Amino acid sequence: MSAALQPECLLEVNHVRKAFPGVVALEDVSLRFNCGTVHALAGENGAGKSTLMKIIAGLYRPDAGELRWRGQPLRLSSPRHALETGIAIIHQELNLMSCMSVAENIWIGREPRNRIRLISHRALHRQTRDLLARLHLDLDPGAELRTLSIAGRQLVEIAKALSYESQLLIMDEPTSALSEHDTEHLFAIVRELKNQGKSIVYITHRMDELFAIADEVSVMRDGKHVGTDRPANLTRNQIIRMMVGRELSQFFPAPPVTSGAVVLSAQRLTLRPHFHDVSFELRAGEILGVAGLIGAGRSKLAETLFGLARATSGRIEIGGRTARIDSPHAALSRGMAFVTEDRKETGCFLKLSVLENLEVALLSRAFVEYGFVRKSAITRACAAIAQLLRVKTPNLQVPIEQLSGGNQQKVLLGRWLLIEPKILILDEPTRGIDVVAKAEIHQLIVRLAAQGTAILMISSELPEILGMSHRIMVMQEGRLTGILSREEADPVNVMALATR
Amino acid sequence: MSWRSPPVSRMATIDKPDLSQSLDSHRARGNAADRARHWPAEASILLVLLGLALAFELLGWIFVKQSFLFNEQRLVVMILQVSVIGIIAVGVTQVILTAGIDLSSGSVVALTAMVSASLAQSSDAVRAIYPSLTDLPVVVPVLVGLAVGALAGLLNGTLIAWTSIPPFIATLGVMVSARGLAKWYTHGQPVSMLTDRYADIGSGAVPVVIFLATALIFHVALRYTRYGKFTYAIGANPQAARVSGIRVAKHLILVYTLAGTLSGLAGVVTSARAESGQSGMGMMYELDAIAAAVIGGTSLSGGVGRITGTVIGTLILGVVTSGFTFLRIDAYYQEIVKGAIIVAAVIADQYRQRARIRGV
Repeated sequence: MSAALQPECLLEVNHVRKAFPGVVALEDVSLRFNCGTVHALAGENGAGKSTLMKIIAGLYRPDAGELRWRGQPLRLSSPRHALETGIAIIHQELNLMSCMSVAENIWIGREPRNRIRLISHRALHRQTRDLLARLHLDLDPGAELRTLSIAGRQLVEIAKALSYESQLLIMDEPTSALSEHDTEHLFAIVRELKNQGKSIVYITHRMDELFAIADEVSVMRDGKHVGTDRPANLTRNQIIRMMVGRELSQFFPAPPVTSGAVVLSAQRLTLRPHFHDVSFELRAGEILGVAGLIGAGRSKLAETLFGLARATSGRIEIGGRTARIDSPHAALSRGMAFVTEDRKETGCFLKLSVLENLEVALLSRAFVEYGFVRKSAITRACAAIAQLLRVKTPNLQVPIEQLSGGNQQKVLLGRWLLIEPKILILDEPTRGIDVVAKAEIHQLIVRLAAQGTAILMISSELPEILGMSHRIMVMQEGRLTGILSREEADPVNVMALATR
Repeated sequence: MSWRSPPVSRMATIDKPDLSQSLDSHRARGNAADRARHWPAEASILLVLLGLALAFELLGWIFVKQSFLFNEQRLVVMILQVSVIGIIAVGVTQVILTAGIDLSSGSVVALTAMVSASLAQSSDAVRAIYPSLTDLPVVVPVLVGLAVGALAGLLNGTLIAWTSIPPFIATLGVMVSARGLAKWYTHGQPVSMLTDRYADIGSGAVPVVIFLATALIFHVALRYTRYGKFTYAIGANPQAARVSGIRVAKHLILVYTLAGTLSGLAGVVTSARAESGQSGMGMMYELDAIAAAVIGGTSLSGGVGRITGTVIGTLILGVVTSGFTFLRIDAYYQEIVKGAIIVAAVIADQYRQRARIRGV
């Protein structure tokens, strides 16, 4: 192949190795990132993607190997150095200040000064407007970050990264918190950036995105580079095989047929201003999917059912009788369980051990005698559930923050499975976790349903909703716009109801 | 009986293949690292305590020509003078575990000392506060003292749980008001001439016994009861605690009430030891107690800490105070060094936390 046909190489990673105490995170990794391309990076959690990105962004230094920027050797000394070189990273966890404005967040530490060296707010807003206009982003420079949606904040992060005139933009699972609609918007921006000649490294777990946006795909596994190719030359299953080293038999286990009794019903349930007049029934053994865009009120509905928010009007019935659920404690004692959307904020006790994270809900119901915890019995129960869910952890005493996202999610599921719930509410149960853990969780959900647990599953991933649910209820801006049976539902009519 | 058999039997049918694989494959590698991690955090603080004691021992032989440690009387005094701080610190540790703070302890000590002393006066008292209520059985002033402390704690807890104002502000308010109440109670006059039975509570090594017993009770409560588990959970993540079905507000009120009760107990011991109640008692005790907890490894951000650490932290304060007195070093230097020790303890704690996050 002649050099002329090759697009210009922006960043080269040559034989990079990085080890941490006890684990080799990267082993002899070589990759090329070309100008004006979107390069997707796929791999399970723990495959080394994040470590590699941190090296490229100047957070870590490689133990061996080198980086070359436009052909010249590059030795990054700090994240700041990387930014000045033209490499910006948008982290999975957003690093923005929620009480400051869009403009202040973008230019923090680099604010324009006036003659007496004070910050000029006028200039600050002007240059922010210019930047946002250049990127075709519809954001108010003066808006406080906390007033924006997660998607909006993500756009601010992107604007911030590009304000450094970066040539290489690393996006670490940018769509994990975005609805399909916002994802489309993000893709449009990514394509626009590509046309401007920028390079994008796009880390994702989602196969659809990879095919939709990437010009090149590299797969990593166990700290090694498995291969790189154009998406057109690859199939979904090939990529997954490269990621996991084996083929997954099926994506979604078929849910069993059910005709159980109604265990939960909501009647004209309303929580102003989040949702209005929502009525539905949930049967034992049923998986009821809840689809909708971000902001459709799905999570608020779940919170209301679980007693975290008090409905303004309407009725909740459990087992045919009106239930007053004014606290999670009340919900728990009625056999309800709730795996929340945000693992870090409302799920995990990050400082506490895996065991303490598992047992906490159960302690309200069992294994306590005169206030004293029956330690060995509860430990045995927790160990059994951890094994059942295949939680990868050296033991139950390690802090949960040392586990990967997928394993943390399994622990949270385990916490609620331990109370043997009759009704299980799942809010984005597989967000941001790797393919294997995801498949395991899907199988588990189906098996729980087969045993008679009623499951309400909120998800922003259409394939997940379509593949798993018996029925799908679709919400749009706080209203229930339709309930579809498994047979009627397809991506088109679900999205139609969600965006009407 | 709320116990029942583990709910695993039903679940066990879910998944059979290579169940134990993931756990087992990590076990071999995990063990060495675990042992290092399982080395309790208190071990390092205990080393600091021993190091300080040995340093004073050495300096003693050099400058004072006598032993610092091998002097029974000095050892008793050493613990005695920090027993009251220790009792408060046991309560404050629990408050800090919930990511809170209690600034009111010192003032509650004063208020309790006044109230319980006023009910502990002997009939010999010249101008008793309640002339008709002298020579009461010793349980009366003690129980009333504990109740006063509990009420102050209840007020703290209720303010924090119901209005969700920061604990710093709520307990700051109670700190100022309780001190005012203590002064108002007798218009600033000390309460003296207490019964011998009451004074016995503060005599000899009794305060030390009370301190250690309190520490033991709450050590057990934090480690082996649901109360303890929920306390750590709330401190580690209050939102997750609520979602997990913990009644967070109720629990916080309980924790602050217990801390108040322990301040009340400290007030009883203080007044018994001084054989009087004075509105200036317990000044700055809250800060010493917080210092003891923090030196002992309790993290101000909540969720991390143990009573054993707090006991060692209290003893470190005692050793430093005794040691400096023993070396006849100015009291001014004592305070300077105490401040440095507190800051050093927190810095050490930060390093430990960072190491924990890195998983080293």
